Amino acid sequence: MKTNDIILQTVTKITLFVIILFSIYLFFTGHYHPGGGFIGGLMASGAIVLLLLAYDIEMVKAILPVDYRKMIGIGLLFSAGTGAGALLAGKPFLTHAYTYANLPILGKTSLHTAVLFDTGVFLVVIGVTMTIIQTIGESD
Amino acid sequence: MTEILKFFIGLTVLTGALLSLVTAFGLIRLPDVYTRNHAASKSATLGVMLVLLGTLLYAYQDTGSFHSRLLLGIAFIFMTSPVAGHLISRAAYNSGVKLWGNSVRDDLAKHRKK
Repeated sequence: MKTNDIILQTVTKITLFVIILFSIYLFFTGHYHPGGGFIGGLMASGAIVLLLLAYDIEMVKAILPVDYRKMIGIGLLFSAGTGAGALLAGKPFLTHAYTYANLPILGKTSLHTAVLFDTGVFLVVIGVTMTIIQTIGESD
Repeated sequence: MTEILKFFIGLTVLTGALLSLVTAFGLIRLPDVYTRNHAASKSATLGVMLVLLGTLLYAYQDTGSFHSRLLLGIAFIFMTSPVAGHLISRAAYNSGVKLWGNSVRDDLAKHRKK
């Protein structure tokens, strides 16, 4: 019996970008609206899981050559480094700072160090979810 | 303008809810997996899309804010829901679920025999 997955694969190619875009939107909107690093990371890993469903595990590794265990470490370094940065300025650990900057295209934007902390959360959530799913998927 | 928009919002939301009800009746009344899948993936898609369209217009006329997330949701459901129906139906056919007893045509079985 010969079957193919061409409909699933074509729809995956289109919807993948919509899901990734929405996860980035959720990540950056987290300070003022519902969203943030956790749900953004979960949705980004959901996009990778959709890719895993449509293609096999070797091809996804070829498309995204990322070591998710290292990604957990980098995320934890981001979060701990943001906390430790406050110590350098003589403030208590995890004190955040913000400033207003005039960026070229975006105009007046508030830059907050909590975004760096949230980046750490984002990377750790993607790393943990994909490590769990790939470890279960690979063990035959 | 506002009254026409209000009427249109009510019309879309109520039609969407009615189509969802039609979906539920189709799931109960129809005889086999394929006809149920036909009912579920078509009318539920249109029903949810109409409810989302009504919500988009309601938020626009109520607060003046245009929620592009709802537009994205409409496009996303329009793309993914029929594919989900197709995959469920194909999985059922490949695992040997029988058609309804009164069915008269099965072109895929004839094609697979070749």
